[in-house]
Amino acid sequence: MSKTPHRSAILDVRDLVVSLGPGAKAARVIDGVSFTVREAQTLCLVGESGSGKSVTSLAVMGLLPKNILLPTGGRIELVGESLLDSSQRRLRQLRATTMAMIFQEPMTALNPVVPVGRQIDEVLQAHMRLDAGERRRRILDMMEQVHLPDVERIYRSYPHRLSGGQRQRIMIAMALIMGPKLLIADEPTTALDVTTQKQILALVRELQEKHGTAVLFITHDMGVVAEIADRVAVMRHGRLVEEGPIDAILRRPEQEYTRSLLGAVPSLVPRPRRDEGDGAVVLETYDLNKTYQERSLFGGRREVAAAKDVTLSLRRGRTLGIVGESGSGKSTVARCIMRLIDPTSGSIRVAGREISELTRRLLQPHRQRIQIIFQDPYRSLNPRLSVGESIAEGPVNFGTSRAEALAHARELLRLVDLPADAVARYPHQFSGGQRQRIAIARALAMKPDVLVADEAVSALDVSVQAQVLKLLDDIQERLGVALLFITHDLRVAAQICDDIIVMQRGVVVEEGPASLVLAEPKEPYTRQLFEAAPGRHWDFANFRPVEAGAPTPAAS
Amino acid sequence: MTDQALPAAARPRPAWFSLVASPISVIAAVCLGLIIIVSLLAPWLAPHDPVQLVPANRLKPASAAYLLGTDGYGRDVLSRILYGGRISLLIGVGSAIISIGFGLAIGLVAGFFRWLDAIVMRFMDALMAIPSILLAIAVVALSGASLSSVLIAITLPEIPRVVRLVRAVVLSAREEPYVEAAISVGSSLPKILWRHIMPNTFAPLIVQGTYICAAAILTEAILSFLGAGINPETPSWGNIMAEGRAYFQVKPSLIFWPGLVLSVAILSINLLGDAARDVLDPRMKRREGAR
Repeated sequence: MSKTPHRSAILDVRDLVVSLGPGAKAARVIDGVSFTVREAQTLCLVGESGSGKSVTSLAVMGLLPKNILLPTGGRIELVGESLLDSSQRRLRQLRATTMAMIFQEPMTALNPVVPVGRQIDEVLQAHMRLDAGERRRRILDMMEQVHLPDVERIYRSYPHRLSGGQRQRIMIAMALIMGPKLLIADEPTTALDVTTQKQILALVRELQEKHGTAVLFITHDMGVVAEIADRVAVMRHGRLVEEGPIDAILRRPEQEYTRSLLGAVPSLVPRPRRDEGDGAVVLETYDLNKTYQERSLFGGRREVAAAKDVTLSLRRGRTLGIVGESGSGKSTVARCIMRLIDPTSGSIRVAGREISELTRRLLQPHRQRIQIIFQDPYRSLNPRLSVGESIAEGPVNFGTSRAEALAHARELLRLVDLPADAVARYPHQFSGGQRQRIAIARALAMKPDVLVADEAVSALDVSVQAQVLKLLDDIQERLGVALLFITHDLRVAAQICDDIIVMQRGVVVEEGPASLVLAEPKEPYTRQLFEAAPGRHWDFANFRPVEAGAPTPAAS
Repeated sequence: MTDQALPAAARPRPAWFSLVASPISVIAAVCLGLIIIVSLLAPWLAPHDPVQLVPANRLKPASAAYLLGTDGYGRDVLSRILYGGRISLLIGVGSAIISIGFGLAIGLVAGFFRWLDAIVMRFMDALMAIPSILLAIAVVALSGASLSSVLIAITLPEIPRVVRLVRAVVLSAREEPYVEAAISVGSSLPKILWRHIMPNTFAPLIVQGTYICAAAILTEAILSFLGAGINPETPSWGNIMAEGRAYFQVKPSLIFWPGLVLSVAILSINLLGDAARDVLDPRMKRREGAR
């Protein structure tokens, strides 16, 4: 445990207040936040969306949007120098040389039309007087330190030629090239697959040990916290809820909010499998294929199998999970089943009816048997339609009168725990979790046999995620609908699925009951996925390591 | 939990609020409003008959009876400008409405049906390749100099621009999950286009409409000036200037006054269009609640 209090403080934030506009009456976005990050130490700033964790980091970097968010109180000291009193010029010097930041989405943080090596070079040119050869030597050395392969080639590569993990490594190289004392990482692994995430976390740790960098790590993911933090600061509504060493926070959280946040983290221990029962098979695919043809400029052709020979079956009242990383084809399968895209070959039977080759017109009557919930609750509802209109649209298509459909919509809203008067409101008046409930109500309005949830809880905060998962479970209990649950998150899959299919590059690599697939994975890929799940050694809800006596990840 | 609390309805300020807030757009709106009102009220405001020829009164200077003087045929210039506004504005507004109507329909279809897209868009590209003035002169030459043929001549070249705009909006809107959700609940194609896709085009079309309106008024003036416009007897701003051309050396005010009104009208419409774009575009980009 790297808990050495006499290490020198790199970043010291005291009673920080950030307000919406000037004046004492302006609303406070950050209200009295204090913490210290020491040399070679990682402080995790944890909180749900809107907790103010990103605003705090931007305030440190001096990057708050001008005239909108103003630091109106407290101090920020970087190695003893007050940042809030520094000039823009001085801040520009400090960024890169003394503090640096990496972001969630490396693709948008990099310039797409400049080779990545030159982008790192720009940092050196701005802050140091070195000749070209020396700069190049330093850059290549840094790129090797972040474990990029074939650095000479990558130096000349444009960002789009690199994978997400490689781009994040470039960002880290760029951040560390000047040897900053403080690294701020704002959700740096959230957009990455778990296996890549694991490598990036290990890399941050390794570089920190080598250079003694202080790391302020912002994340919403308790699993990541358990992997990387020395100390944890929990934030909520712009205030600091609790701060302490990782062990104390995970084992003996003092505040109710911290307890509920930890309690909401889904366990990786799969839930007991329900009796198979003799429910009718409501969804079946057989040898489902989806192939894309890539045509190059000079006539060369390449076939890419997004899904290959996928066979699955799902009974009434049960939940089947499709698990995989990005590019595994799990969403392709879902979209084929929904006939949002047309499968290349194979069969899809919904409620006993073959739908894989029906035309648009013939398909229409069968649409109501199967419904989908999308990932992004902010885009899955038409912003111009009232909630009631959105929910009623489907039933009206199938001949229900508008008044009747709207009355039913009110009932459905109550079923998903929203007030019935929400029918007259518009989507922008609801939070992400509430919108996802509305999307569920819209799907249920069709009285479907099968509900496809395509990453339906991935965009939600853990506490909201837990509520939506419970809601789906309740609805299944009550209505007996079958769930096809597509997710990249093994924790979520463990919580809701009876059976699991693991996909990799369009192919099913393992399938079986969730309790078996997750507890004793047979395939190396499944095991790799499972081992990459952050914080898998920790049983968050019970405030203890998964196995008594096993070393905690943070201590190892 | 926070998830249960319904936030109070924070109504965003309506779009017109920002329009009113900028002084330039207020001035533009006042100018344009004045021009529209006096043009509409021309039969009551005009001191003289705009078409009756009075040879005895040729080229009179400005006086109490003829505030802006008379033209080469003895007609009152002020009255002609007032009546001319009706024709010019009718062509501007008419051209905007018609080109948006056709452009919207064609653009929606082209954007949604992949197989039609290539055919329609190549046709539109071909139409766009012909200089619009040449196309307009050709149309007028073929169908005669009437108000309707001039309107068609001016509107036709504008349609491809609207089609391109609508098609671009449709292409991005059709990928939205709420459109896929509508497909999933079995909504028919016309319903999806009408209810979920078309409303996305309104804001850019309002902006585009103002530009078309201004361009059409200008094109009408150019056509008239070139002698390819509507019947020269009918007063329109372009016609008045075309007739004034012969007397430019003697009496420049014959071109100056209609030219000034034309410029102010077009500048006002364009400024309002810019203001509308500034107000409507960020709303489009922001995408309700996008993070």
